[in-house]
Amino acid sequence: MTIFGVFRYAPEDGKARFVDYQLDVPRGTTVLDCLLKIKHEMDGSLSFRYSCRSAICGSCAMTIDGTNRLACKTQVSTLGRVVKVEPLTGYPVIKDLIVDMDLFWRQYTSIKPYLIYRSSPPEGEWTQSPEERRILEEPSTCIMCGACSSSCPVIWTDERYLGPAALLKVWRFVADSRDEAEEERLGMINNEFGVWRCHTIFRCVDSCPKEINPTEAIEHLRRAAVRHSIRGLFRRK
Amino acid sequence: MREHDVVIVGGGLAGLRAAIEAGRGVDTAVVSKLHPLRSHTGAAQGGIAASLGNASRDSVEEHLFDTVKGSDYLCDQDAVEILVKEAPGNVYDLEHIGVVFSRTEDGKIAQRPFGGHSKPRACYAADWTGHTVLHTIYEQSLIAGLRFYDEWYALAIAMNDGACAGIVAMNIATGDIEAFHAKAVIFATGGYGRAYRITSNAYANTGDGLALVLNAGLQVQDMEFVQFHPTGLYQQGILVTEGARGEGGYLLNDKDERFMERYAKEKMELAPRDVISRAIQTEINEGRGIGGKDFVYLDIRHFGEEHIRESLPQIQDLVVNFLGVDPIKQPIPIQPTAHYSMGGIPTDVHGQVIFGPEREPVPGLYAAGECACVSVHGANRLGTNSLLEAVTFGRRVGIAASEFASEAKNVPFPEELLSQVKEDVDKLLGSTGKESAPLIRTELQETMTNLCGIFRKEADLRNCIEKVRELRERADDVGIHDRSRIFNTELIDVLETRNLLEFSEVIAVGAEARRESRGAHFRTDYPKRDDGNWLKHTLAWREKGGVVLDYKDIVITKYQPRERRY
Repeated sequence: MTIFGVFRYAPEDGKARFVDYQLDVPRGTTVLDCLLKIKHEMDGSLSFRYSCRSAICGSCAMTIDGTNRLACKTQVSTLGRVVKVEPLTGYPVIKDLIVDMDLFWRQYTSIKPYLIYRSSPPEGEWTQSPEERRILEEPSTCIMCGACSSSCPVIWTDERYLGPAALLKVWRFVADSRDEAEEERLGMINNEFGVWRCHTIFRCVDSCPKEINPTEAIEHLRRAAVRHSIRGLFRRK
Repeated sequence: MREHDVVIVGGGLAGLRAAIEAGRGVDTAVVSKLHPLRSHTGAAQGGIAASLGNASRDSVEEHLFDTVKGSDYLCDQDAVEILVKEAPGNVYDLEHIGVVFSRTEDGKIAQRPFGGHSKPRACYAADWTGHTVLHTIYEQSLIAGLRFYDEWYALAIAMNDGACAGIVAMNIATGDIEAFHAKAVIFATGGYGRAYRITSNAYANTGDGLALVLNAGLQVQDMEFVQFHPTGLYQQGILVTEGARGEGGYLLNDKDERFMERYAKEKMELAPRDVISRAIQTEINEGRGIGGKDFVYLDIRHFGEEHIRESLPQIQDLVVNFLGVDPIKQPIPIQPTAHYSMGGIPTDVHGQVIFGPEREPVPGLYAAGECACVSVHGANRLGTNSLLEAVTFGRRVGIAASEFASEAKNVPFPEELLSQVKEDVDKLLGSTGKESAPLIRTELQETMTNLCGIFRKEADLRNCIEKVRELRERADDVGIHDRSRIFNTELIDVLETRNLLEFSEVIAVGAEARRESRGAHFRTDYPKRDDGNWLKHTLAWREKGGVVLDYKDIVITKYQPRERRY
């Protein structure tokens, strides 16, 4: 028997509370399975986002026993007898486990998250060596679930900081041999709300369900930004 | 009332590709029940087909023939010709906007073999091709000047005197129900794997667009053709890409035999999905599942750790996490899983929705992607042709709809529809009925799996139709505990369940009528293909008395039906 202490918030009356639900949990059961069981059999009003249940759509990030995780990827057998389930920190709660991710999406769209190039593309593909491509592997597998940015204490105190997810996305494009906007991109993040705001607390690394390392991406960007600034100095002379 | 020139329902690959195209010319909105990045396109793993010839010589002609043969000759060959001819250009376009394809040593897009394709034609990004394609197309949509309605749920199509005037949709975050007046509406709402118990599909894949089309008195086509993917994770149904077999994986039964030798001697594990799913189910039915149970093994251990981590990283992670099995050291327990709908809303090659055997256009209404039936897949889709279909016909439908919208006059919105929909939802929100939507859905999934699955027969299908009708009646008496209008996901559950019931009956009725075996539709009581009587598309719609069927001719341009062997 496992007890799920689930955060409940009804927007109509503004009351927040934890409600305990007791479940028999067979081996191989995920937290999402349990939330669905509660919803379908105990309380239909329990609300949360979910869709693919295979850790690729990024819908069901939430705080489970104090760590941000995907409910669909978290095996209950890896947790204790009492499991605390809460909405992601840092975003306004709309209802129960559903948060308003507007800030997260604004941070993402603000960094121009698309390939920029001025030269016209070839008739076939742009060639890219397996090594050039390998650098893109990790930042490209980000599912934009928000677990990292929600876990970052710097964002909690200053919404102007771009945060790990958006900075990882910047790195994804800076690192791409096809992208031609390195200067513009580095200009965007070479400031107090960009890479220099990261305090290397590594919570983003711990919380990423896809085992991506946003802190390392921020480090790459810092180095690129410094290189770029030095080049700029020489150019001015 | 919200006004747009083009309204697109669905934010996956087909919807977004259409939106980017339409947005160039006219005011375009995307209405999606999920944030577009949550769409199921992202779960596609293995690749997207195009005869680039990067891995070995290939041609458009061979891609065409493979697809026609794969479809068991039920496709419309004019549509397939467009699909395969435009494939290389569409894949290069994706590469140019940033899709992170895996690469060959000389820096070209990497390609690997896939079931039913005679050449290594699957352009891939490890085993997360759909993910990079979806994210990349969404990135482009951000600079296309579109209006996004994220987490809005479409409830009805507004028809006025045979033409489409828009839709009615609900803002899930507030519960507000609004009319969307549009000159053209494009449906790109995806598939319906959730009608089955074991499925690779997301919870959101409830075929909403199909139900809305049926509710509007329009037709759906070839719904009896449901693809079961051979390799779903045991008991979970989660997809294990065909790329695992494309890279050389084996299927093994309890006796450690590569049993595909008995079913497809030449192609073995790279026969098309319908053939392999039937083979696996036969092994299971005849007691050769592992330990006599309902699964067999997919073995990729001989790839070695490095190759698995390089080419199938997501699979490795999924199998470890969901089954506690490490595919580097142990074979993967798998079983067939409901995966893809070959049928859907009938359209012409521009995505224009059509009606009847004479293919009359329904003005203002369009469809593309899995919810549509062009038909490029006929009775069985080849792997990697679905991402290709979504991007190809997404692009085409975007162009067609925006051209139409820039010239067409507005059709007046039927105001009474909005009040009807609001009344219906109000009634549901206050309902204290004794039935439970999740329970009805579970019963539906059991029914469809047991009676209308990989192997079908008349008595089962009749039972299936009866049972689904009974569930439809019971669904009128569902209760909803959540009285809130804000993010009422229990209400969405009820509406999705009603949609599943709406077209599941059509699947079973079409399957019962089709007394032959073709592609994914296999009748144990009629095990042969019957071109004399059944080389034709099924059309289905609803009248007061129930589901009505009619048939229309297929289009043959080059390849007359031949025996299909692998």
